[in-house]
Amino acid sequence: MKYRPRTFLLELVMIAVAVGFLFPVYVLVTLAFKDQQQIANEPLSLPSPPSVSSFGEAWRSAGLDSALLNSTLITVASVLLLIALGSLAAYFLARTATRLSYSLYILFLVGIILPFQLGMIPLYQLVDDLGLLGTYQGMILFYTGIQLPFTVFLYTGFIRSLPADYTNAALIDGASHLQAFAHVIFPLLRPITGTVLILNAVQIWNDFFTPLLYLGGSGHETVPVRVFAFVNQYTSNYGLVAAGLILAALPILLLFLFLQRYVIRGFASGLKG
Amino acid sequence: MTASVAAARPEVARRTRRRGGIVPPWWFAVPAILVYALVVLYPSIAGAGSAFTDWSGIGEAKSFVGADNFKQLLRDDQALGALRNTLLLTVAIVVVQNALGLLLALGVHTGIKSRLMLRLVFFAPVVVSPVMVSFLWKFVYNPAPDAGLNAALGAVGLGSLRQDWLGNPSIALWSVAFTVIWQCAGYSMVIFLAGLEGVPAELHESAMVDGAGTVARFRHITWPLLAPAVTINVMLSTVGGLTLFTQIIAMTNGGPGYATDTLSTVLYKQAFVFGKFGYSTAVALVLAVFVAAVSFLQIGYLRSRETTA
Repeated sequence: MKYRPRTFLLELVMIAVAVGFLFPVYVLVTLAFKDQQQIANEPLSLPSPPSVSSFGEAWRSAGLDSALLNSTLITVASVLLLIALGSLAAYFLARTATRLSYSLYILFLVGIILPFQLGMIPLYQLVDDLGLLGTYQGMILFYTGIQLPFTVFLYTGFIRSLPADYTNAALIDGASHLQAFAHVIFPLLRPITGTVLILNAVQIWNDFFTPLLYLGGSGHETVPVRVFAFVNQYTSNYGLVAAGLILAALPILLLFLFLQRYVIRGFASGLKG
Repeated sequence: MTASVAAARPEVARRTRRRGGIVPPWWFAVPAILVYALVVLYPSIAGAGSAFTDWSGIGEAKSFVGADNFKQLLRDDQALGALRNTLLLTVAIVVVQNALGLLLALGVHTGIKSRLMLRLVFFAPVVVSPVMVSFLWKFVYNPAPDAGLNAALGAVGLGSLRQDWLGNPSIALWSVAFTVIWQCAGYSMVIFLAGLEGVPAELHESAMVDGAGTVARFRHITWPLLAPAVTINVMLSTVGGLTLFTQIIAMTNGGPGYATDTLSTVLYKQAFVFGKFGYSTAVALVLAVFVAAVSFLQIGYLRSRETTA
């Protein structure tokens, strides 16, 4: 494509749009580097001189170190379980053509549009009865269940597009079904496993409502829950709150920068079906 | 049944052929089904059931009250207002988010030099937690005349547009909608970009040779071929809009008054603030029926558009 004057004009327009788009980020970053007095006197100006003291204080008072650990643990365990359970189930659903397997597939699809609010209260009761309120296990079980429909949907679509013959050779050579799955099928699923991993990880890491409900006050709170409590506690200290928000968003933004090609491709391909 | 009988036999006997391959054993699906049934199916069915009871949420005591909760809902001004807010929000989000996402996708799908950088900028908010985005926008919506958006409006000579963005009941809902749109426009953009990549360049070239302008080529080539991307985008933003919760709790908590309450926030408050679990699940059931009905109608309509386009 040639770079014409019209392209240049479009370039200017798009950059202007991006600048407007980034305005909230400018507000946040400048607040975090200013002291209280500067925030009151010149709320929109650049910080001068920039002060970084808010960051250390925000990190400590929001308890972000343990929150990061909690979020990481819950996200990693849930995603691993989703990949294992989802791919196994989808392999069965995609490779059998019985009425039972078709009904099961539809049953999973229903879960995609079922709003979780409908089961929210009985599930809360159930998690409580199982003694899992305030535990990692409760959260991991919840995320695995709630994200399974989408995961099964992605895997099933992908497996249907694969030729069926790959496993036969392994099975005839005497491998068990599980061995054939682990050594032949699962490696073939790598592209869709990447998508499943990214979409679920972003969803689980960022979730707010369920951990608030199930983990509130347990000491196992995830990053969004800690930040929520922190912001409500220091509501009038804008600089501190802004610094806390930046610190809390930074890990996932950095991860996104490193993996952006896969993240964007994963979002697009995962949802194209 | 046949599956379980076959499973009892030795390994070799199970290897019946279907779809050109050896059928995987049925128990591959069991762990997923168990977890799914426990976390999603059972609670949803139980939830739908308690919508017809007066359950208070404490203990097991509940009695069947038939359609009373739904009758109460029809007389409940707060719930009806929330239903109205939910629908308005959803329409605003579906229309604006997807229109913006499409324009952004068309813009960064061209030969401009900054296109990769711009994709990153527009997409980055998608990966950040909605709670944090909500708090970020609370800074932007600072009611003080010399802070955030108000200050920016003043600086460019639009001082007369200054508002108490989240405190004014007639504006607050749209302020929340705009936050959601800001965060999710990049999501729509990426799906449209994936769709645009599927449009063959030769079609555009031959149309250009025939003298078709930019608008004509968009209308007759790009737009029809984007139909699947439109379907997915509209579906996702509709369900997202109908079940919107986090942003409202974090930004306005349903206020001022009930101006930004949605079905999700009402059912949450009824359950966990007022202890009316039965009534709350009735609201949830209405929400579920809404989501299901709209999804099916959209799939039907948008899919038919895909095939005829």
